[in-house]
Amino acid sequence: MKILLTAKGIEWDSKMDPRFGRTEFFFIYDEETEKIETYDNRAIANEAHGAGPKTAQKMSEYNINVLITGNGPGGNAAAVVNQTGIKVFIGAGEMTVKEAYNAYKNGDLKEF
Amino acid sequence: MKIAIASGKGGTGKTTLSTNLASFWAEKTTIVLTDLDVEEPNSGLFIEGKKVHQENKFKMIPKWEKTDCILCGNCQKVCNFNAVMKLGEMIMVFPELCHGCYACSELCPTKSLPMIPKKMGELKYFKSDNLDFIESKLIIGEEQAVSLIKQTLDYVNNNFPKNTIKIFDAPPGTSCPVIEATKDADLILLVTEPTPFGLHDLKLAVDTMRKLKKNFGIIINRFGIGDNKVEKYCSENKIPFIAKIPNMRKIAELYSTGNLLYKEIPEVKVQLENIITFISKYQQENAL
Amino acid sequence: MKEIVIISGKGGTGKTSITASFAYLGDKDVIVADCDVDAADMHLLVQPDWGKSENFHSGLLAKIDQEKCIKCGKCAEVCRWNAIPVIDKKYIVQPLDCEGCGYCAIICPTDAISMNLQNVGNWFLSNIKTGTKMVHAKLGIGAENSGKLVAKVKNEAKAIAEKEGKEIIIVDGSPGIGCPVVSSLSGATYVVLVTEPSVSGIHDLKRVYELVKKFGIKAGCIINKADINMEKSNDIHEFLKAENIDFIADIPYNENFTKAMTMGKTIVEFDNGKIKQILENSWEKIKTK
Ligand code: SF4
Ligand code: SF4
Repeated sequence: MKILLTAKGIEWDSKMDPRFGRTEFFFIYDEETEKIETYDNRAIANEAHGAGPKTAQKMSEYNINVLITGNGPGGNAAAVVNQTGIKVFIGAGEMTVKEAYNAYKNGDLKEF
Repeated sequence: MKIAIASGKGGTGKTTLSTNLASFWAEKTTIVLTDLDVEEPNSGLFIEGKKVHQENKFKMIPKWEKTDCILCGNCQKVCNFNAVMKLGEMIMVFPELCHGCYACSELCPTKSLPMIPKKMGELKYFKSDNLDFIESKLIIGEEQAVSLIKQTLDYVNNNFPKNTIKIFDAPPGTSCPVIEATKDADLILLVTEPTPFGLHDLKLAVDTMRKLKKNFGIIINRFGIGDNKVEKYCSENKIPFIAKIPNMRKIAELYSTGNLLYKEIPEVKVQLENIITFISKYQQENAL
Repeated sequence: MKEIVIISGKGGTGKTSITASFAYLGDKDVIVADCDVDAADMHLLVQPDWGKSENFHSGLLAKIDQEKCIKCGKCAEVCRWNAIPVIDKKYIVQPLDCEGCGYCAIICPTDAISMNLQNVGNWFLSNIKTGTKMVHAKLGIGAENSGKLVAKVKNEAKAIAEKEGKEIIIVDGSPGIGCPVVSSLSGATYVVLVTEPSVSGIHDLKRVYELVKKFGIKAGCIINKADINMEKSNDIHEFLKAENIDFIADIPYNENFTKAMTMGKTIVEFDNGKIKQILENSWEKIKTK
């Protein structure tokens, strides 16, 4: 499984970013290889409109299976995510990346 | 002749004035009233009339046709609004984000993005005796108010003779929609309140009108409440001061029921007459 | 962190006066954000020091380099907004008409057209009289209120709140149902709808609530001038029940709102009676949501 978490930093201890479209970073963990990849999405703050779809598109390039975030993608972004068949888990907005990952593993997060 | 009624912010009585002025004046001559506050059109709540026409208003958006598409991604590259996106083996269009510039469509090498109409709002036309009333309403979630304002103006200009008196209820503020709604008007009436908020927003509205090089005059609503700084500002800046609608609880009550004021409050009638005199004089002097 | 956004759909309901009162009651525990950037008025009640000011750029505007232009007219042909008329035999972009789509720049055979960010206004970070901070802004005339400046104001307010460990942000939201309101609402934890019992008040309340619903944010409602029309007041109460919106308070018609304003005060500083009490109770309810 390749898992993407929306985060405010690039460490396991970083806080999660509850927003999907305007998330500051992607924190991507590949369970098979145990490798971590990160992506700096902060330039999205300059985008007035369409932040959601744009971020979703970027995300689709990483071939992930699972997305963990806080609020869940809004209308347009959700449409994109649906297209890609990625499973989305929400409610991890107030955790750290580590906590969010564990919560997902324990089945404590709600599927979107 | 085109008269736009505007204000620096909402809630100063723009709609109250537009509807009362139009209805009262229509007792004597033909008047066309148009509500251009397409995000929150409210004039219709005060006007009784028979609906004689209704039409949908559209904006043009691209639609992806898969057959010939070679997935070059040029459409995504040219769109400045993130409204079209290549996702794997498909092209997605986000209608609310599209501004309708046609770039993706016209620059597509395989013509795979034809432009199709998408409903963005509704225009309605009501009639009662001498008063023609037109309003447009934007669909919730749509963001291109300016385009709907423009289409509404076109409708009015094409359907009524040039010398008819046309009153436009403009949207509040000083940004794009207001500019669109006022830029063709012959005369602008700015409505304000004699309060610090009123004065502050009036100054913004005045700056806007000066920038557009428009002729304008000022009407104070809820006169008597607050202070006299608006009047002082007008005289210091030599801005014509046209009328003052008094502050009365009775007015707020009548307004809340959706009733017109001048029929029950003589003071309001007098002020409306002042406004009509001012406009008529302006019309004669400028041969409009 | 809580983000409480106060909106009204239409103007003139007393939204800003009420928001400023909450800012006053919230005292040092809150950060204030004035997102009504089109007609930002809250500063008149809270006396900011305009401490820090920055330009804000957003939206693109086409510009034609006359040296490079060969007058082929292709740009004018493709522009859907007719923003490139010929003036004195030159193709000149009209800033008020340009939508910023960039089509002309792509089509120009000599690359004479550049797309540049526009300065659409300023934003400020101020200390206000209650001893806390406020982020506010001023939109330039005729600038497009794309919601970006609104987003900027909110983000700056959030950053300050985080830095200073404040738990609550009070946001004076934008009017209408368009892009700026959408920006004001995004990320909100609770929405306070300020309305008045009139045909237009109800009409706008319903319209703006449609939007709030789309976001799935919990909302509460304050009815200002509640006694001006009892029948309409009841209609609003019915609507709140049907939609499961929290009822926060009825505020009677009172000219003290204006009197306080002319003195540059919030109503809770001016009125020691009933209105003050109602607003205090409202704030208690709202801040624990
Ligand atoms: S028409 Fe213009 S704004 Fe609309 S999707 Fe195509 S490129 Fe984007
Ligand atoms: S950027 Fe678009 S709207 Fe502006 S002048 Fe060029 S074609 Fe016209």
